[in-house]
Amino acid sequence: MSLDSQPPAAGPQVGADEWVARQAQRREYLPSWLGTGQRWLERVGWWPRLLVVGLAAAALPLLGLGGFQLQVAIDALVIAMLAVGLNIVVGWAGLLDLGYVAFFGFGAYGFALLSSSQIGPNGIHLPTYLSVPIVMVGAAILGLLVGWPSRRLIGDYLAIVTLFFGEAFVEFTNNVAPSVLGGPNGIVGIDPISIFGRQITTNGGYYYLLVAVLVLTMGVLRLLDTSRTGRAWRAVREDPLAAASMTIPVNRVKLMAFAFGAVVAALTGTIFAAQQISVFPTDFDTPILILVYAGLILGGAGSIAGAAAGALVVMVIYDGLLRSPTDSGYLFYGLILLTLVVKLRPWRRLAVVLAATVALGFATHAIAGAISARAVAGGPQSTGWLAAALRDWVIVPADAKVLGNWGYVLLVCLLIALVQVSSRWRTILLPPTICLASFVWETRLAVEPAITRQLMIGAILIVMMNARPQGLLGSRRVEAIT
Amino acid sequence: MSAEPGHGGGGPAAPSVLHLDRLSLSFGGLRALSELDLHVGDEEIVSMIGPNGAGKTTVFNVITGVYRPSSGDVRFAGRPLAGQPPHRIARMGIARTFQSLRLFLNMSVIENVMAATYGNTRAMPWESILRLPRARREERDVRALAEDILSFFGQRLAGYRWDQPAYSLSYANRRRLEIARALATRPRLLLLDEPAAGMNPAETHEITELIARLRDERGVAILVIEHDMHVVSGCSDRVIALDHGVKIAEGGFDEVAGHPAVVEAYMGRDPGALSDAG
Repeated sequence: MSLDSQPPAAGPQVGADEWVARQAQRREYLPSWLGTGQRWLERVGWWPRLLVVGLAAAALPLLGLGGFQLQVAIDALVIAMLAVGLNIVVGWAGLLDLGYVAFFGFGAYGFALLSSSQIGPNGIHLPTYLSVPIVMVGAAILGLLVGWPSRRLIGDYLAIVTLFFGEAFVEFTNNVAPSVLGGPNGIVGIDPISIFGRQITTNGGYYYLLVAVLVLTMGVLRLLDTSRTGRAWRAVREDPLAAASMTIPVNRVKLMAFAFGAVVAALTGTIFAAQQISVFPTDFDTPILILVYAGLILGGAGSIAGAAAGALVVMVIYDGLLRSPTDSGYLFYGLILLTLVVKLRPWRRLAVVLAATVALGFATHAIAGAISARAVAGGPQSTGWLAAALRDWVIVPADAKVLGNWGYVLLVCLLIALVQVSSRWRTILLPPTICLASFVWETRLAVEPAITRQLMIGAILIVMMNARPQGLLGSRRVEAIT
Repeated sequence: MSAEPGHGGGGPAAPSVLHLDRLSLSFGGLRALSELDLHVGDEEIVSMIGPNGAGKTTVFNVITGVYRPSSGDVRFAGRPLAGQPPHRIARMGIARTFQSLRLFLNMSVIENVMAATYGNTRAMPWESILRLPRARREERDVRALAEDILSFFGQRLAGYRWDQPAYSLSYANRRRLEIARALATRPRLLLLDEPAAGMNPAETHEITELIARLRDERGVAILVIEHDMHVVSGCSDRVIALDHGVKIAEGGFDEVAGHPAVVEAYMGRDPGALSDAG
């Protein structure tokens, strides 16, 4: 890995191969100082890195996380575990499995049945060291069973078949044997997980447990990735026919990926069930699947660290920041500012756009206020200094809903126009677009967080696809042309 | 490699590694191969030539189990191959390269080679996770084998390239890496599908020498499809010409190249007509 800062043309001995490799490598890294940090990190081995990140995560509660933040962190860790497991199936073996959450549900329901009063007069209350391994083995068998008929399906067909499996699981838990599975009321009163004879009953405890299990899983998968099994998975992803011609039993290798993914998901499910003390069918429906996939793609499919990091980012944004109007306000305005600073060049253009945006906001606010007091009667949704800064800049009328809806339609039109027009017109259109976007944000989007966070994740993924298609920590991939 | 079990099947008198007997293959009404007899002896280099669409790659696909023959028999070292899946045929000792390169592009160069040892290693996933002795030993051996094979290609696949992704290689090097990957399956028979396609004259010469070296130093039998007559004449012990799935000539290079049926297959019925038209 010779990474000198010389331009590739400088060395006379640089051949075409070497040049292409260097170019590819350059593109793998984040720009400027971020890339320097990334290279420095790569020089350290993988397990010290993992350990440091794990210790940092373990130290996080010492900063004094509130109850809400701790719950967000736990949810994020659960999704991160799922993304790391899904990475085996999707990122390595290249199988588009849309029924993955069913294995998570299987783990949760399996643990719930084995550790509650649900079955029999007194219930089964197996100790953790028995119930969790039983559930994991069961998940591996289920993974093989699901993989068996679908092992010859590829691409779209596999995706649809597994999606049916995922939906079937939700229907199953909803409707079959309500006296055992509880139907829509789920199973409640699940025993906590106990480790070395100590029961974990607090959210803090489950946070530490999840961090430990996530770090351990990532380590195990890293060891697996660099073994013959990991190579076989990736070979099957790259070219199944070539893999078969190179002594790799493609179907068996695919089944193994299914089974390993299922085991990780089921393990996550057991912790999830114990932490929630209850399980319901809706906990394992499509929204979770979308979040896991969003995390995996954002972080970079094929990279263990990427899967975990992506899922954490998605969940902290989705579940944490976008729930409170003030936090989501920081995120919204912060992202706009960041995008402008990163994308707008030269600096003169950036300064003009920023100045124009600020001026336009105050001007329209003043004009609207002069015409009618009702037009600026509402205030921004956020609180604190952000609200103070925005009070005289963004227009929030008294009847925000109707105007906001029209503003939304207009905003979509403006955004489409913005993408189509030439660079000069884009500069001119940008300030009104940003003002309108803020208007729509304060009148509609910030008021409806349940919808906005879905849109926000979609928008982040679109931006990511354009800026860094390989994901945060993924490595660039080429598609084979056959 | 010499520790391979002897050819147990008995079969024909000549010690042939590969033996196709009256092999036919039809796709619907299209007869891709008909009544093809072909054999490759131990450590022999046989070339297959013929115009495009003659069925040369189809022969490879039948041998490696991608297609199932409509009738006829394929035997490798005396054992029948019909009905075996590709990965098992590969493990029995037949390795191939692809005309339209099929590398594992997003894996590193050395991983491409190491991946091909899957069938000859045994460590289970948990052994790899716990790094138990067998997994460690196999991993060491596999890496040594891969390095040994890549060194066989000299400067072309030199050490600094090992950890680069395969997609960063040039076209000619991708062809070399395909051969390296095939060698990692420890084959007794190597099927090369147009190894010199897209190469310049110097690289073509190099490939010709490489094919001969593969036989001499690695002891493999080689069946090679090639359009470049320099390669065919430079390395083959025997040449087979195919047209429309039928063997039209077999023998030494000069014999086959001058055979009227071969000339007709390449040039059309009346070669004189071409010069007249010009």
